[in-house]
Amino acid sequence: MTAVIVETDRQGAVSVPSIESLAIAQELGGPVTALVTGAETARAATALAAFDLSDIVAVDDPPIEPGASTTLVSTLAAWIDAAQPELVIAPHSYSARDYLPRLAARLDRPLITDCLGVRIDNGARVFTRPLFQGKLVADVVLDGPSPHFATFQAGATRADSARPATVAPRVTRRSPTIGPDATQVGVEPPFHDTSRTIDLTQADRIVAVGRGLNDGKHLAMIQELATALGAEVAASRPVCDLGWLPLDRQVGSSGQTVAPALYVAIGISGAIQHIVGMKSAKTIVAINKDRDAPIFEIADYGVVGDLFEIVPALIAALKGGHSGNT
Amino acid sequence: VLTIAVCVKQVISRESTLRVDAAQAWVNEDDLAWVMSESDGFALEESLRLRERHGGEVVVVSLGPARVGGLLRDALARGADRAIHVIDESAATRADPLLIASALAGGLAGERPDLVLTGLQSDDLGFAQVGVLLAEKLAMAHATIATALDIAGEHVRVRRELEGGWMQWLTVPRPAVVTVQSGGHPLRFATMRGIMGAKKKEIRTVQAPADVEPRQRIVAVSTPQRRRAAEMIEGDPATAAAELARCLQS
Repeated sequence: MTAVIVETDRQGAVSVPSIESLAIAQELGGPVTALVTGAETARAATALAAFDLSDIVAVDDPPIEPGASTTLVSTLAAWIDAAQPELVIAPHSYSARDYLPRLAARLDRPLITDCLGVRIDNGARVFTRPLFQGKLVADVVLDGPSPHFATFQAGATRADSARPATVAPRVTRRSPTIGPDATQVGVEPPFHDTSRTIDLTQADRIVAVGRGLNDGKHLAMIQELATALGAEVAASRPVCDLGWLPLDRQVGSSGQTVAPALYVAIGISGAIQHIVGMKSAKTIVAINKDRDAPIFEIADYGVVGDLFEIVPALIAALKGGHSGNT
Repeated sequence: VLTIAVCVKQVISRESTLRVDAAQAWVNEDDLAWVMSESDGFALEESLRLRERHGGEVVVVSLGPARVGGLLRDALARGADRAIHVIDESAATRADPLLIASALAGGLAGERPDLVLTGLQSDDLGFAQVGVLLAEKLAMAHATIATALDIAGEHVRVRRELEGGWMQWLTVPRPAVVTVQSGGHPLRFATMRGIMGAKKKEIRTVQAPADVEPRQRIVAVSTPQRRRAAEMIEGDPATAAAELARCLQS
């Protein structure tokens, strides 16, 4: 049996990456059990019952407080001990990064993270995952007794490839297992950074800049291009970390998720953390010095070269100026 | 006295051109520049700031072959007080985060850190696991993806990053392992005085366990397949820019 640990928001809506994980488990074959925790598991269980699953296990008696990883670990450890899944799958979310390694270490079983896919080769599961921030891809095999644990990055498969139910799954409710470390960590309610003032989700065109800019002093050039295109300026995480642009300009998993008509990515290599925030843009243009940069995998138009040559030439061309050739 | 251990990893610099090795199971490591993994640098910076505020010592720990000595010397030059080098010449550990965490825990045996910091994930393998695995191995509490932290009595206050711009505060009892997000405070680099001073600081060496059996093996490394190849606009910058402008305006 393959178990999928399903994540929900505070209202009990199942996350899209969780449904992708269900689809991956179904594709591997054999019975699939979805395990859901959180505040509104009844709503989640109803949504999950639409999929081809053997079992839904809802841990809600009482619910586990979101962010309380210690109780999640002890609860999952007890359930896995009883249910004996061969493989446990979850999305590679921030939450999974917090509790899953602890669970794997406690059970002394291997956990492979951030997978792009899994296939069966000569009877063995072969996982693919990125190396060097996506510049290369590795095939990885896990050894030793089950269960094995795996997380998949968002977009590893399509959520709409999850098979619908033919027979209603069996639903069981469980109580959390409270371990001796349960009250160790005090968890406060999530809050949103109130300093956010720019709503990039409303922008029709975005010019985004990344680490390739080398220095914040070159931002004037990027701003000039954005003005020529009637676009907002955005950035990948490193640019905000380096203080070149404020955090509210950040696109990606820890920033805003955007879907503009045009997204121009300049000096952005295309780490998955950035891609998840902008891949739905209608037209994507990438300018990067590295022909092998992952951003070209999702771009519609690509230019390989030095951004300090291409961006000024592009500004000139957009303004109708002549840039040497007539 | 507050003791902060910082686990840092030496990785191939981002600027390097990576070539898959002959066995197609890793990259050719000859003639590459090696640097501290980015978020580990921020973990080191946080530890130095905590020591400035609260006193104590910073012990920097790294697992790897002889080349890692240079990384530790650099961390000492930036201000760490002493170092532990867990010597591991084997390539088998590389792909198995549980083995890495066990070896680091072995390096910390005999130490009693109040706080262990490390980056949230490495720039090369990017497991995002080792800090949390280490917490379980050391029977410490943990917190992940910290964007701010401070000591508060017997606890650590951590601002944890969640997805989509959300965050939350955690109060974690010490001893604890905290994984640190990039960003935070600007990094300090070694001064000439720091470099001179580092020569007198201790680097203790510990052997990583031998004859380990990894349960994760890289069986092949390749360049990723292009899913939706971009229409590549070629030519010199002016020509390419003009063509791109035409595409954008049509």
